[in-house]
Amino acid sequence: MNLYKYASPVNFYPLAGKLIPWFSIPAAILFVLGLYIGFFIAPTDFQQGDAYRIIFIHVPAAWMGMFLYVLMAIYAAVGWAFNARLASMMASSISITGAMFTFLSLVTGSLWGKPTWGTWWVWDARLTSTLILLFLYIGFISLQAAIDDPRRADRAGAVLAIVGVINVPIIYFSVQWWNTLHQGATIRILGKPTIAAPMLTAMLVMLAACWLYSVAVVLIRLRCIILEREQTAALASEATA
Amino acid sequence: MFRWVVLRDLTLAWRRRADVLSTLFFFIIVVSLFPLGIGPEMNLLRLIAPGVVWVAALLASMLSLGRLFANDYEDGTLEQLSLTPQPLYLVVLGKVLALWIVSGVPLVLISPILGLQFGLAADSLLILVGSLLLGTPVLALVGSIGAALTLGLRAGGVLISLLVLPLYIPVLIFGAGAVDASIAGSSVQGSLSLLGALLVLSLVFAPWAASAALRIALE
Repeated sequence: MNLYKYASPVNFYPLAGKLIPWFSIPAAILFVLGLYIGFFIAPTDFQQGDAYRIIFIHVPAAWMGMFLYVLMAIYAAVGWAFNARLASMMASSISITGAMFTFLSLVTGSLWGKPTWGTWWVWDARLTSTLILLFLYIGFISLQAAIDDPRRADRAGAVLAIVGVINVPIIYFSVQWWNTLHQGATIRILGKPTIAAPMLTAMLVMLAACWLYSVAVVLIRLRCIILEREQTAALASEATA
Repeated sequence: MFRWVVLRDLTLAWRRRADVLSTLFFFIIVVSLFPLGIGPEMNLLRLIAPGVVWVAALLASMLSLGRLFANDYEDGTLEQLSLTPQPLYLVVLGKVLALWIVSGVPLVLISPILGLQFGLAADSLLILVGSLLLGTPVLALVGSIGAALTLGLRAGGVLISLLVLPLYIPVLIFGAGAVDASIAGSSVQGSLSLLGALLVLSLVFAPWAASAALRIALE
C-alpha cells in the first residue's frame, strides 16, 4: 500500500471519513468514564471542597490549548515548506479546536477561581499567558479568514504561526517576570499537593478523551475544508474546459 | 542598495510630512487623554505614566505600519525590488530603518515632555527615553511582519493590530518595567538588557520573516 497516496486531499477525504468513528466513539466512552471517576470515585478535596472537580475539564483543556498551538504551527510549517496542501488544511482545521480549548480553559479557570480565590480573574502569569495564547489563535484564524486565495492564506498563516511559536516562550517568561515585578498574586494555582490517585486517573482519562475528541473534530472539519476547496477547483476546471 | 532604500523612503516621507506629524500628534493626544479620564491626581499619574506612554507608543507605531509597504505594493515598486539580485532582507531592513527614523525617533524625542506632564523625575525621564530608544525599533521590526502579511487585504488596518499587538507584549512589559523600576528606585539594568536582547533577536529574525511574507503576498 502506498501511504503517500493519502497526502492528496482528494484521496484522504474518504480515509478521514472512515477514521472518524475510531476516534469519536472512544472519546465519548472516555468522557463518560473520566467524568464518572471524577465525580463519584475521586475524594472531596479537604481544602477546596467539591469545587476542585472542575480541574477534570480545566487542566486537560489548558494542556490541549498549548499542545494544539504547537501542533498547528508544525503542520503549517510542513505545509509551507513542502507545499503540502493537506498539512496546511490540517493547520487551519486545528486552529479552531485549539482556540476553543484555550477559551474553555479560561472560562473554567475563572469559574474555579470564584469559589477558591474569591475572584473571577487575577493577573497571574499563567492566566495572562493563556489569554495571550488565545489572542495568537484569534490572529491566526482572522488572518486566514481575511485572505481569499486559500494557498496564500495557508502560507501567510504558516509565517504567523512560526513567529507565534518563537514568541510563546518569550511571552511566557516576560509575563512571569512582569508578575513577580508587580509582586503578583500570592495564590498558587495548585499548591502542588500530592494528588490522590483517583484524581490523577480521572484527569488522565479526561486528557485522553480530549485528545481523541480533538482528532475526531479536526478530521471532520478537515473533510469540510477539503470539500470546500476541491469543489471550487472542480468548478474552475469545469469552467475552463 | 540598503542606503538607497533608506534614503528613498526618507525622501518620500519628507514629501508627505503631514503623515509623519499625524502619528506624532496621535501619540501626544492619546497620552494626554489619560489624565482627563483618570483625574489630575499627580501621585496616581506618576504610577501609571510608564504604562500609559508605552501603550500609546505601541498604538502609534502600529498606526504607521500601514504605510510601510502599501504604496510600493500598489505601484509595483515592491515587485521590482523583489526581482533585484540583492536579498529582500536588506530591502525590508532599510524600509524598517526609514520607518523608525520617521515615526519612532520623534516619539522618543517628545516622550520626556509627556513624562513631565505626568510628574516623572529627571532620572526616570532618562530611563523612559532609553527604553523607548531600545524598544521602538523592535516595534517597527516586529510590525513589519504584520504589515507584510496583511499586504493588499481588505481588512488590513484592523487585522494588523490583531496580529501584531500580542507580539508586542514582551516589549511593553520590559519597556514599562524599566521605567517602573526607576520610579521605585530599583535597578533598571535587567529590563534594559532584556529589551536589548529583544532588539537583537528581532533584528535578525523579523526582516527574514517579513521578506518571506512579502514573497507570499507578491506571488
